[in-house]
Parts: sequence; C-alpha cells; structure tokens
Amino acid sequence: MAKQEPSQRISEFETIETAIEDPEETVLSIDGVSKEYGREKAVEELSLSVKEGELLTMLGPSGCGKTTTLRMIAGLEAPSSGTITIAGETVADGANGQFKKPEERDVGIVFQDYALFPHLTVAENIAFGLDELDDDETDARVAELLELVDLEAHDEKMPSQLSGGQQQRVALARSLAPEPDVLLLDEPFSNLDVRLRVEMREEVRRILKRAGVTAISVTHDQEEALSISDRVAIMNGGAIAQVGNPGAVFENPESRFVASFLGQASFLSARVTDRLETGLGSFGLERLNGPIEAYDGAMIDVLVRPDDLQAMPTSEPKADGYVVHRQYNGPNFIYRVELHSGDVVHCMHNHVETFEAGQPVEVDLVADHELAWYPTE
Amino acid sequence: MGTSDRLERIRERANVTDRDADEPTVLAAVVLAISLLLLSPIAWVLLEASEMQAGRLIELVASETTTTVTVNTLILVVAVTALSVLIGVPLALLTVQTDLPFKRFWTVTAALPLVVPSYIGAFAFVSAFGPRGELADLLSPLGIQQIPTIYGLTGTALVLTLFTYPYVFLTTRASLISFDGTVVEAARSLNASRWDAFKRVTLPQILPGIAAGALLVALYTLSDFGTPAIMRYDVFTRMIFVEEQARNLDAAAVLSLLLLVLAMAILAVESRIGAGRDGAYVSSGDRRAGEIKLGYWKLPAMGFCALIAALCLALPIGILGLWLVRSADATQAGFVFELQHVTNSVTLAAAAAGLCVVVALPIAYLSARGDGTLSSLPERVSYVGYAVPGVVIGLSLIYLALRFVPFLYQSLFVLVFAYVVRFLPQAVGTTESSVLQVDPSYIEAARSLGYGPITSFRKVVLPLVAPGIAAGAALVFLTTMKELPATLMLRPIGFETIVTYIWLVRGAAYQGQAAVPALILVGVSGLSMLIILRQEG
Repeated sequence: MAKQEPSQRISEFETIETAIEDPEETVLSIDGVSKEYGREKAVEELSLSVKEGELLTMLGPSGCGKTTTLRMIAGLEAPSSGTITIAGETVADGANGQFKKPEERDVGIVFQDYALFPHLTVAENIAFGLDELDDDETDARVAELLELVDLEAHDEKMPSQLSGGQQQRVALARSLAPEPDVLLLDEPFSNLDVRLRVEMREEVRRILKRAGVTAISVTHDQEEALSISDRVAIMNGGAIAQVGNPGAVFENPESRFVASFLGQASFLSARVTDRLETGLGSFGLERLNGPIEAYDGAMIDVLVRPDDLQAMPTSEPKADGYVVHRQYNGPNFIYRVELHSGDVVHCMHNHVETFEAGQPVEVDLVADHELAWYPTE
Repeated sequence: MGTSDRLERIRERANVTDRDADEPTVLAAVVLAISLLLLSPIAWVLLEASEMQAGRLIELVASETTTTVTVNTLILVVAVTALSVLIGVPLALLTVQTDLPFKRFWTVTAALPLVVPSYIGAFAFVSAFGPRGELADLLSPLGIQQIPTIYGLTGTALVLTLFTYPYVFLTTRASLISFDGTVVEAARSLNASRWDAFKRVTLPQILPGIAAGALLVALYTLSDFGTPAIMRYDVFTRMIFVEEQARNLDAAAVLSLLLLVLAMAILAVESRIGAGRDGAYVSSGDRRAGEIKLGYWKLPAMGFCALIAALCLALPIGILGLWLVRSADATQAGFVFELQHVTNSVTLAAAAAGLCVVVALPIAYLSARGDGTLSSLPERVSYVGYAVPGVVIGLSLIYLALRFVPFLYQSLFVLVFAYVVRFLPQAVGTTESSVLQVDPSYIEAARSLGYGPITSFRKVVLPLVAPGIAAGAALVFLTTMKELPATLMLRPIGFETIVTYIWLVRGAAYQGQAAVPALILVGVSGLSMLIILRQEG
C-alpha cells in the first residue's frame, strides 16, 4: 500500500466550490444507539455526530455493525435503544419507541447495487422522488442533476444501457434530487472494477462537495475510506474504535485494533530504558509518539509499517534476521522478515530489489515520522 | 463482497420486516383465509370419511371393487411411468448428445405431444384402432374381422404414455444440457469406455432430472380422468365419477381418500428426490462432451423419432382432419357445435384467470418476501391443486356446496372456485418467480425517496412483475379451457363448454362433430406450451 499523506491529499479538493450554509452545525447525531437481533448485538452504545457538508466514512470489517448503523439512520431498521436525530428532529428513540419511517425522513440512500428502477429511464429515475414539484420544476431539477453528474446526454436511456460508473452517478443524482438532509452511501464502490473504482472515488467526492450534502458512507475498503472522507470512523464489534480525520487516524491509531486494521501493520517489541532497545538495535525515545516516561523499564510494541523499514542483504553475523517470504505487488515487493528477537516485520522495496527466501538481512528503521506504540499486553 | 458480508446483509434484510409488522399482518391474515378455502376440498374428504361408521369404512376399503381399482391404478401408473422413461430418456440423449440429423426438428416433435390433451388423444386412438374404427375398416376387406382390443389397460397405458412422456423428455434434456461435459471426457481419459462413462458419470447426474419427469408423469396418470374413461379402464378417477353419478357418496369419498393418499405418496417421493438434487453437481459452464457419432445407427435412430412423432402427432391430427372432412356433410340434429360453447369456455376461463391472479399476488409476494417458513406456508398450501385430482375437487365441491352454501350449488361460482383451487399453483409460480427477480432494495429506495410501502409497491414492484402476472393469467386461462372432470361435474345443467360438448358427442358416438372443438383445444394447449417455454427461456 502506498504511503498516505492524507492531509495534503484533501487540500486538493479545497478548490471545489461548496454550498454549505453553516459548516459548524450538527446535522446528524447518534446517541448511545444499540441494535440487537435476539441475543446478538449488532451495534452497541454507538454515538456519533456529523456536521453539515461533512463526508464521514464508517470503516470496518464484515459484521462490525456499520451497515446496520447506516440502515438505522435511513429508517430501514429501528434501534433497540438510543436516539437518532437528523436536522434537529429526533427520528428514532429506542426508549419510547418513537420511530419515523424511511419515507418520513429526509434521508437519501445510494444502494450498493444502486437499485435503479429498471422500468424507468434515467430521467424518470431521477424524478422519482420529486412528487412535490410541478412538471416544469421537476424537469428543471432533473436537468440540474444530470448536469451535476455529467450525464446530460443519457436522460432517455434505460438503466440497463448504462455502464457501472454511469449507473452509480444516476443513483447519486436520484438520491440527491429531493435535497436530503443526509445522504447515505452503502459500499458505494464495491460493484465497480478496480480501475473505475479509483476514478469514481474522485468523481463522487466532487459531486457530493458540489451538492454540499452531508454524507455518510460505509465501506470495508480502507484505501477508499482514507481517500474520500473528511473524517473516518473505524468500527469494531458494533462500536466506534476511533474517529478522526484520515491522516490522524492512520498516523496515530489509538488502539492496536485500529493499527492492525490500517495498512500492513507489524509490531516491534521493545524495552524502554533511556533509549529504546529493539530487535533492530537501539533508538532514541524521541522517535516515539506521545509521552513515554511512565513506561520506563517496561516492554512496549512499536507500530511499524512496510514503508517504515528497509532490509539490506548482509552476512549472518551482522544480520538482524532473515527473509521468510516475498510478496510481489507489481511496483514493489513486501518482504516478510523474521528477526532473531522473534518479531516478524514487513519491509517494502522497489520492484527491482530481489532477495530470496532465507537471505540474512539487516533491517533499518527509515521512518521519518513519530512511531505509534502500545504497552505490551 | 465476502460471503460473511453477504450473510450479514441477508440477515439484515430478513429483519427489515420488524418495523412494518402491521402491514404484513393484514396481508398474512388475508392469505391465511385464502389458504383455508383452498384446503376445503381435502377437508370434505376427511370429514366424510370420519363421519362414516368404522364397519362401513372397512367394508368399503376392503371391497372387491376397491381392491381391483387400486391394483388397476397402480399397474397403470407403473406401466405409464416406466414406458415414458423408456421413450423419453433415449429421445433426450439422441437430441442432446449425438450427431442425429435434424436435431432441432426432432426436439420439437418430441416435446409437442404435450400439447394434445390426453382425452383427445384417447378419442383419436379409439377412433383409429377401436372396433369399427379406421384400422378395422381398412382391414375388413382383407378378411380380418378381429383386431386386438384397444380398450382396457393396453390402450390406456399406450395413450397416456404417448401424451405424457414429454415430461421425462424435457426434464432429462434440461439436465443433460446443464451437465458439465468435461467430466465425461475426464472419465474417458481415465480409460472408461463410452458406455462405462455413461453408466458411471452421466447417468447418476441426470437421474434427478429423469426422476422429476417420471414423477410428473406418475402424478398426471393418477389424476387423469378422460383417458381411462374413454378407454374403459377402471381406475380411481373413473370409479369416483361413476359412484358420484350413482349417488354413492360414501364409496366415492373413500375412493377419493385413497386416491389422495396415493398422490401424497408420489409427492413425498418427489420432494425427497428434489432435496437430493442439491447433491447433483450442475456446472454453471455449458461445456458439452463431444457428440457421439451414431454411424450406422443414424437411420434406426431417426426411425424411432419418426415413429413416436407419427403416433403422437400425425395420428391424432390426421383423425381430427378426417372427422372434419366427413362431418362437413352430415350434421346431427341436437349436436350442433355453436359459438355459445366457445363463449362459455372463454368466459369461465377469463373469470378463473382473473381470480387466480388476484389470489396469487399476495400469496406469491408473502412467500417471496416473507421471513421464513410461516410466510411460505400459504404458497405450499396453494400447491394442493397439483396433488388433488380434478375429480376429487369436483366431487367434494358438489357436496360442500349442497351442505354449506346450497344457494351456490350448480352455480358457475363453484365451478370457477374449482378452477382456482386446481390451477392457482401456475399463477403463484410465475408471479413468485417474477417477484423474486425484483431487488428488495427497490422498495427501500422508493421509501427513502418519500413514498409509503403501498405506493412504493404500486409504483415500483407492480410494473416489474406485470409480465409474470400476465403469463400466469394466460396459463390459467388456457388450462381452464381444456379442463375436463371438474367442468363435467360442476357445470350448471344446460351450460355447455367446448370440453363438455366434445364429451357429449363422444358419448353419443357422433365423433365427426368433435373435430372443430378438438382442434380448438389442441391450438389452445399449444399456446399454453409456448407461454411456459417463454417463461423458462
């Protein structure tokens, strides 16, 4: 995986004009929401708030409760407890059973498989939710949205005549048409092939920002989450493990789960003295992130990703360990190195640097950022 | 998307109904009421049998007639099923796996006999091979006075086989086509001979297909009324009709009960084999094994196909043509085929089709979208029509009407209800499969765009399932047009349809008069076949 510099990446989008009225206003707030299916808890005591115009992505492995949370916001599921408030109005309250049906909420949804109505044209699909406008206003709004998603020439086509990326843009336009308070995107890119997926990420973010809509997306693809979102909420076991802007979350995972979920993480065990003693030699404590004083003399695990380490072939006496596996990714190799200390770490190398399994190597810590660490459990 | 993710999704979808609990409850209540009505014919048989004194019951069950009828029926079912397999499987193999010339043509002629209603086939065979029939007329100048009789077991089994073997042909063909030919090549590469490979690899995999067709044949044979009646062979359906005409209510009920037990037994076998079908490997790819070269066997193979086609298609249609020509000059008074017969048939069929659609939609929707066993129960119940022969439905509705709703006795309402019980599965089947093709997220999408559940259904689901509903209606319409036993038993006095007219002139031996209506019915069956093929295609 390529090295992330998310804060810089996001600034590329800043030039896009937005229509946000008050960027500080909270549009969606979820407060202590749980959802149980029988004895199984899908979501547990989840709280989250999203500001106007923000794009937040819930990221997590299968079964972490992200889709259930999305469906509760939409009104397709009712929370067992807790409240959900959209634009100042409580739409679900588990305590008193108050519940607004999906059609009574101003929430748009882009479904994973788009759910375009196959018997209606592109324009008719987009106009579907515009029953409160008269014909001229509807036509005008549809034209506006076709322009927004760049499909002006396709208004009379049937959904089956469109490519995957075009179908997705129609789905976006259809859900944006009634000007929802919140737009929900359920695994929006999972039905696209890899090449188109990267292109559509940029495109969808552009459309959402131009529409100025508050959006919540759900995915298990970390690259997608980190690249399109203003904020990422990492979920695990029905709860939020960490929420923050993509750069902060990636650089400084607050928990071992978040660390191991983002990037190809390895942990280097180390003893804290006045320096840091590891299987790669000793380092100054300033290379760590956050106050370490309280852990003097203790063992900690330092998070190292493949791009933080560099392996060099050497002869056995000087080696830190040896290569046990080589993974070829095209542009680069990821070598798995078993250290004499027993730790297993990953090193990323240019695709021309080929080492064989069993090669003794010396591993260097080349990271130019502070390293996250966790007390050894 | 990973499997576990998909499972989560399915589980979540299944739970969507939680919130909308009130709407499905109303739907479920309506559907439950319909189900109870559908079960009423069976209820009558049980009621009648339970009210009988034990002594009388045993006397009837053990009577000589009952024993004879049971044995006759079993022999007929076994014979027809076995013969159908013997004709259907070779035809399927020839048209799928060999280099038989004109394969397309033979495939069509092998499937086509299904469009001839079996009682019309029986009618034609009696006319051709019966006493004073065409063959006898042809042979008598040669001094041959006696030909083997067509009546009885031989004729019944022959006719039923010739007009039902296509079930076996079609299901076997389907499994041969979906079956991965590379495994045969693999077997050959492991040094199995062609015959060995067929026996050890092909046969086990197409066996469920053969069995499914064979069971359809068995069920049809069990419930067919027209053929045994015309061929004068005493089986359950014929005897139930006779007892009903003689007003021997208890005897008819006991015979009906036994017939139902047999039908249930066949259905039970069917569902067991159906469950076993999961085990059979059906490849998604359509790789076929190399064609078998027939060589010298080409001619005999074509001869076999031609013989079957001649017996099943050329003969009945030839006889009908002959009648048509002969009847042109001699019309018997009192047996004139009138437009009124056609109008009556069409009106009845349209009423049955309309009602079936209205009843089928909620049942199919609940079954396709509901959350488990309970919601698919009504759909299962609607399948009684397949298991309960028309004679039993006719009989039980006569007595149910007399007992509970006497003002409806001999009304068209009861007749239409009989058609609904009998043919509802066809409408439920086509409707359900089209509902299943509608992505459940369409409804969610419509609701997220501000429409209530009923409006969402009307605006999104209904337009998408309309073709399936139309196909179901057409199917019910066409099968109602040619239904014989229930129409015969339940029609109001003096109300004649195409089918009852044919029955009437047959009884009076004015066969010539039946040509036009019989040809109409063959045409009608042909159309329903087309609809079935289009649905499956």
